[in-house]
Amino acid sequence: QVWQIRLDVHLLNHDGNITDAASIAGIVALCHFRRPDVSVQGEEVTVYTPEERDPVPLSIHHMPICVSFAFFHQGTYLLVDPTEREERVMDGLLVIAMNKHHEICTIQSSGVVMLVQDQILRCSKITAVKVAEVTELIQKALENDQKARKEGGKFGFAESIPNQRITTFKMESAAVDTNDVEEQAGEIIAKADPPAEVFANPVLHTPGTAQIGEGVESSWGDLEESEKEEAAEEEGDSEAAAFECEKVETEDTSTIRETKNDEPIVLSDSEEEEVVILEPQELPRKTR
Amino acid sequence: DTSVLAGLYGPAEAKISKELPDRAALEVLLRPKVGLPGVLERSREQLLRQTCEAVVLGVLHPRTAITLVLQVLSDAGSLLSCCLNAACMALLDAGLPLAALFCGVTCALQPDGTILLDPTARQEQEARAILTFAIASSERKVLMANTKGSCSVEEMQQCLAAAQRAADAVFQFYRDSVRRRYSKS
Repeated sequence: QVWQIRLDVHLLNHDGNITDAASIAGIVALCHFRRPDVSVQGEEVTVYTPEERDPVPLSIHHMPICVSFAFFHQGTYLLVDPTEREERVMDGLLVIAMNKHHEICTIQSSGVVMLVQDQILRCSKITAVKVAEVTELIQKALENDQKARKEGGKFGFAESIPNQRITTFKMESAAVDTNDVEEQAGEIIAKADPPAEVFANPVLHTPGTAQIGEGVESSWGDLEESEKEEAAEEEGDSEAAAFECEKVETEDTSTIRETKNDEPIVLSDSEEEEVVILEPQELPRKTR
Repeated sequence: DTSVLAGLYGPAEAKISKELPDRAALEVLLRPKVGLPGVLERSREQLLRQTCEAVVLGVLHPRTAITLVLQVLSDAGSLLSCCLNAACMALLDAGLPLAALFCGVTCALQPDGTILLDPTARQEQEARAILTFAIASSERKVLMANTKGSCSVEEMQQCLAAAQRAADAVFQFYRDSVRRRYSKS
């Protein structure tokens, strides 16, 4: 048995260089995540809930950060961290993922530009500088969050949104005047119609389906019966038998309802809606 | 703190299969914080869509598509009403023609009968019933009511009356936000 870790990256705004942003977000999320603590004794595995034991962080060996470079005019011009507009007109893109120990984890080159060796070396030096800055920022942010959580302060996404910008608005929890609420509600109820009659006992036909009440008697049946009566009078006896069966059924269910008031009535595992009971004492049979 | 990011696109050209001949076709996409959208998100999308269709004057833009995308950023309780508020602010900010504004208010009915407005996640779990109302700005009428749990008719009316009071505060917030946004630019 192993743990499965799922990382969802939601892109909120695309203004260029989503690779770098996503890589930073991903690695920070993995560093920040805490998984439930587990103890293994031979064959037995016990997973503790977050309330029982403090969750444990993942073991992160190093933090690779992506840095993107946009090339223009066949390598003459180089831009680090391109914006959306720059990305649209660039000739080529070079992505280098590096950690703070200056180990290159990924190099990816795309586009129509052909790169020379010293250009790539230069890019990797720039990457090293950027990665050092970013890693420090990440560490500070993680420490601040941990401190806030320990001291009981506010943390999370809503707190980290900058407050004084045009596009974000915050309102502290406001008090609502609820003085006359009960009276107002009472008036509404007094004027309203009384609720419909409540059927308290559902009838369970199969596990998962229940029937409350009997519903309106279908007028289809009347049509059919009247037609049948006109058409085939020699079947009068069977008709009478059918009517009796129906009557017996309704009587039977009503007696059942009287006896068990609170429990739902389980008829059988018949799958039909209408169950024809041939004799009052027998259990209903499948008709099909 | 519950946060929802709303993005509204439209009225834009609709696919022929989706266009309605006399009004705008409104589509809502709700993306959860973790995982892929499931059945719960689909049902919430329909709730939001019905509410928005009641206020948006779709007949002014026939054969167009209006798409509303909501991304849940954090959930600390009262998520559905946060989505409703975000949807209304998105409609406002986009400048779509609306018949009225609406706001979402969540009430939690505790086991002892007290009503809590805008409950936290912990309060929602301990509550006997959670009621969410979408309330319109014209005469505080109810656009949508969603209930989870059981409550009596009187309790529901009380929650509704309390929600209508709270709606005043939310509409004031809308007004302040819009004023601040357009006063600086």
